[in-house]
Amino acid sequence: MSLFDPTRRQLLGGAAAGLGLGLLPSLSFAAAKSKPIGRVVVVGGGFGGATAAKYLRKLSGGTIEVTLIERRKEFISCPTSNEVIAGLRDYKSIVHGYEGLRKNWGVKVVHAAVIGLDAEKRRVRTDTAGEFAYDKLILSPGIDLDFEKVAGYDSKAQDTILHAWKAGSQTLALRKQLADLRDGGVYALTIPKAPYRCPPGPYERVSLIAHYLKTHKPKSKVLVLDANEKVQSKEKLFTGVWAKDYAGILEYRPNWNAVAVDGANKTVTSELGDKVTADVLNILPPQRAADIAHIIGVVNVNGRWSDVDWTTLASTAVPNVHVIGDALQAAPLMPKSGHMANQHGKLAAAAIVDLLSGRIPQPGVIANTCYSHVDGARAIHVDSVHRYDAEKKTLLVVPGSGGVSKEPSEAEGIYARAWADTIWADTLV
Amino acid sequence: MYKSLPIAIGLLLAAPAMAADHPAAASGSTTLLASNCFNCHGTDGRTTHAIPPLAGVAKPHLITLLKEYKEGKREATIMHQLAKGYTDEEIDGIADYFSKQKR
Repeated sequence: MSLFDPTRRQLLGGAAAGLGLGLLPSLSFAAAKSKPIGRVVVVGGGFGGATAAKYLRKLSGGTIEVTLIERRKEFISCPTSNEVIAGLRDYKSIVHGYEGLRKNWGVKVVHAAVIGLDAEKRRVRTDTAGEFAYDKLILSPGIDLDFEKVAGYDSKAQDTILHAWKAGSQTLALRKQLADLRDGGVYALTIPKAPYRCPPGPYERVSLIAHYLKTHKPKSKVLVLDANEKVQSKEKLFTGVWAKDYAGILEYRPNWNAVAVDGANKTVTSELGDKVTADVLNILPPQRAADIAHIIGVVNVNGRWSDVDWTTLASTAVPNVHVIGDALQAAPLMPKSGHMANQHGKLAAAAIVDLLSGRIPQPGVIANTCYSHVDGARAIHVDSVHRYDAEKKTLLVVPGSGGVSKEPSEAEGIYARAWADTIWADTLV
Repeated sequence: MYKSLPIAIGLLLAAPAMAADHPAAASGSTTLLASNCFNCHGTDGRTTHAIPPLAGVAKPHLITLLKEYKEGKREATIMHQLAKGYTDEEIDGIADYFSKQKR
């Protein structure tokens, strides 16, 4: 670490100026292949952070030193985890490693938790791996769940009432609850008011679980309790599939805002006092930028999300910190998706390469594609292209671009699975 | 003098790498623009999955495809919607980038 310490670089630089030698920062890196132009620490190794780490190396030609700090040793994909829950995909296929970033791109991957930041000294502190100095920091925190917004959803209730809105052990546990469900049982999912992670995700989940129950336990029911007034993504496509393929199995109730749960009886209560008891109760609480974003101090919208400059993804709260992914106060019509986080990662990486090279970053254009499976074979999509608008200072959907599928198709089912394989590689390999 | 020796060596070693010392502009580059396609078509357009690879595809062919998608003359599941988000100049840059990538 000491070779890359900025104070040391400055000291050497000063000495060099005294000797009439110009380009002295290179001295510290004489053994390296190319001269580093700066150091970036990326915090969070999901779709956003892992992509940012890779593209910082790629776009800088290896001249930026990149350290990725991530708590978990494995990358577990939320996209396609609904297929695992419905028994359509092997869990192992959504679990990936960070060795590609290390081997192919020279990213230093550190598994530790960030516990503090000194914005002035530009140092970030971890629980088990010490401190890291940076020129720029990219934070890709993801979301945390506001369990406290649902009365009774305490740690004990969380043992039996799952969210499975972060992929991992909860994904497998919900799979098991559904496998154990008796034929004739009830599965209920509550959806929080938007914005939440992955707008079509809940509707994909209930479609795939309806498909599973229709195939294996046809007397069972799926209840969808949505705090929103309507389906939040691909509305006509989802409701069309439900009417045609899952009639008598799936029931959708809008404006059903879950405010309390009883873990012992698996009962959920709405804002209006309606009660639903289910054999498998799946609660998605309201969401916010993850705790780490609060620790670093970048949460400055409603106490929930992070505001950024949309040219550079730089935080408007903490200097030299860029925020990407689901934690952002999203631009208009921009979903909180893994695909979008990957795109944020590239945009932030490019801006930082330019900033560390003394250039002014140019605004960009990014795109989103979200596939949802509706059964074992067919999928639907929503897509959009977002371009920076200088007047509004945000990314706006390009008029006329984007759209949704005409109808569910097996071709899109194949593309949806190819998308997953490809974006995992683009993010991690 | 003892201390200046490593400095001289450092400068000598650094010299051949000067080109990489100043990476090309990243934001606003065709690389960044083309990276919008990498999520589905693979990094630099290289993939072995069901969505077609773009690396090494001839530039005029890619321009024709993208413009036909953009103008609604060619059917697709997705590309007829996404191509409408890009200017003709950007399409040219994207096509140029992929045509220059190794398959």
